Amino acid sequence: MNENNGAIKKMMIILSKGTLENVYAAFVLANGARMEGIEAEMFFTFFGLEAVHQKKLAHLHTATVGNPAMHIPTMLGGLPGMEAFATSMMKKEMEKIDMPDVQEFLEILSASGVKLWACKLAMDMFHYKKEDLYEGIDEVITVGDFYKKSEGDGVHMLFI
Amino acid sequence: MEKMIAGKPITVNEEGYLTNFNQWDEKIGEAIAAEANISLTPRHWDVIKYLQTEEKNQVPLSIRRVGKSGVVDIKEFYSLFPNAPLKTATKIAGIPKPASCI
Repeated sequence: MNENNGAIKKMMIILSKGTLENVYAAFVLANGARMEGIEAEMFFTFFGLEAVHQKKLAHLHTATVGNPAMHIPTMLGGLPGMEAFATSMMKKEMEKIDMPDVQEFLEILSASGVKLWACKLAMDMFHYKKEDLYEGIDEVITVGDFYKKSEGDGVHMLFI
Repeated sequence: MEKMIAGKPITVNEEGYLTNFNQWDEKIGEAIAAEANISLTPRHWDVIKYLQTEEKNQVPLSIRRVGKSGVVDIKEFYSLFPNAPLKTATKIAGIPKPASCI
């Protein structure tokens, strides 16, 4: 980690989850890298693909079950409507802090020069086609391609 | 701390941002831009003036807000100030570094 005094040159961010808070975490990290002059690329795999699926990206939810930090008892978290309620609460709070919605955030990332890759294996598994995805997706690639793109000094990889 | 910029002693913080906007003028802006290897065009000045106005009105600055300003879109903002646009542009504009994450 001593190359270039440990300076971060590029962030490779893998998003494997489709819950709202994970998607936002990944987006903020990618955008934040660009804001600091650090390159950023994102690899959407498994449920992370929902964040770039045209029909699904506007309907992501936050999880109320199995998340102790929500402070909702698991039994209550599973009641009908709880997830929608928690999601709408979270979206309201995000609006207050000037957080864009998923579609707009993707547009910001594209305009900021973040490369957006979709995982071929997960695409095949979910029977998604490239046309189903957000138009700014650069390409559908394999994990091997992604590693190839991650070569170089000062590149860091993050799995969400 | 004080730093000689465009032949004048200017008070800046440890990251090189002016701490007193009254010391700023266009020559200072050009000198700071040159340090970042940017030569300022009329488009750069549009953005810099916009940022200064926003700062004067105490509007918190973010990439998203700049993109929605109608002055410049995000893509052009990154091409005008390629390395960390908001940080670089505010430094040239003589205003504080925004504390925004978006």
